[in-house]
Amino acid sequence: MRVPRYWRNLPFIYRLSGWRCVECGAFHPVKPIVCSRCRSSEFQEAELPKTGRLIAYTVLKSPPKGYEEQAPYIVGLVELDDGTRLISQIVDVSEDELKEDMRVEAVFRRLRSNDERDVIEYGYKFRPVID
Amino acid sequence: MGRVYVAGVGLTKVAEHWERSLENLMAEAAVAAVRDAGVSGVDAIYVGNMVGEVLQEQAHLGAIISEAIGMNGVPAFRVEASEASGAAALYSASMEIAAGRADAVLVVGGEKLSDGLAEEVESALMMGGRNDQVAAAGASFLSLNALLYRLYIRHHDSSEEEVAMFPVLSHEHAAGVPHAQYPFKITLDKVMASPYVAKPLRRFETAGIGDGAAALLLVGERLAGKLDSPKTELHIAASTDYLSPFDREDPLFFSALARAANEALRYAGIERGEIGIIELHDATSIMAALSLESSGFSGKGQAGKMAHAGEFNLNGTYPVNTFGGLKARGHPIGATAIYQVAELHLQLTNRAGKNQVDGRKAGMAQSLGGVAATAVVTVLKQA
Ligand SMILES: [Zn+2]
Repeated sequence: MRVPRYWRNLPFIYRLSGWRCVECGAFHPVKPIVCSRCRSSEFQEAELPKTGRLIAYTVLKSPPKGYEEQAPYIVGLVELDDGTRLISQIVDVSEDELKEDMRVEAVFRRLRSNDERDVIEYGYKFRPVID
Repeated sequence: MGRVYVAGVGLTKVAEHWERSLENLMAEAAVAAVRDAGVSGVDAIYVGNMVGEVLQEQAHLGAIISEAIGMNGVPAFRVEASEASGAAALYSASMEIAAGRADAVLVVGGEKLSDGLAEEVESALMMGGRNDQVAAAGASFLSLNALLYRLYIRHHDSSEEEVAMFPVLSHEHAAGVPHAQYPFKITLDKVMASPYVAKPLRRFETAGIGDGAAALLLVGERLAGKLDSPKTELHIAASTDYLSPFDREDPLFFSALARAANEALRYAGIERGEIGIIELHDATSIMAALSLESSGFSGKGQAGKMAHAGEFNLNGTYPVNTFGGLKARGHPIGATAIYQVAELHLQLTNRAGKNQVDGRKAGMAQSLGGVAATAVVTVLKQA
């Protein structure tokens, strides 16, 4: 990803920080012009909760460009404690230790390496909560 | 609005055409469609293509195709809607006929995936999702399908054996089809024995990588009566939805497809039960099941069971993917929807060869962009 685009997305991919619709409560990673759910245009900065549960997961064996070194890796559908759903990599766990519905928490990791014109990207991934 | 007819089709074989260019494949299909219709010229050209800018570093395919087929001067544009790009081009072309502005319009879909490495193709196809956020997770199209597959099996208490029947069905119908990329049968055991690409999705449950081009020649009422070529009547509708299926109320219901299917049937003035052939967007097995359920041809959670019961065979209630669908005929992205409609046209004009399904008066082609964020549904009726 080129530097300006990466920079625009930093608050979300670093801290899960974005904008919440004042009218309907929907979360948007980047401040929209209007809310896609209710068309309101009033938003407040908001940070998503950093914990949630794993709804479903898969192990991806044919990675896209920039992810070759990580493959195979786990892609999960996570539901955060406020109900917001995110797609994220699930790390620090092997496939056979994973269970649907298990508690997960956000961690800060390297996302992908690109060619020399691009930045090395960092951002959130999720891992199981250790009790 | 004036009526729109398909009057000609042209297809290349879907394959890895190492020695040929995207332009060359599209020109072959285009010229074949013009000849099939028997017209001397066209009023406009619409081109469907998704990833030419990435894999061929080529934009401006409208003017390129008009030149490649010796039709400089004709207005020509490329239309893009992810994997539904060909259907979007068809939609635009048919509106120009329906509005009465054009008598003959050429629609060409083409894609050449073999110019890219496997990971480049995966990345290019991820452009159908919202790239700023989903791409950060490395969540490819197939991984999103795998998550839907998990939810489907859990929610409906279904099984992988049920869902994995769709590639078996598509290959059954592709056997011996000259333009199909994989013209052979495979067994359910073979599908189940193929490796996972994104568990529970297996390699043989996903469409492969191929190149191809297909073209349709559309005409309006003024010209239709003057042409000897066999014709079908075309009705088309489209809809959109949230890019991510997990932002939707029910990720397992493609509401854009439901809306487009209902609209297309309404425009065609027919009931769902009068549809005799369905061309599905089976980019994966799970998309085939969800498509049949969302468009009302199967109850929720029932599509795999109906497939096992033979309901979608060539002699079944709703014959599906009669030339092999995306899985076995092949899925050259921007061309795929044009193949679907061309195949319906061959069926309804009794030119489907050994795959001919008799006694059907109408068919439906479903094209999806991304994970059904765009849906375009075409209904063809015997003219
Ligand atoms: Zn809102």
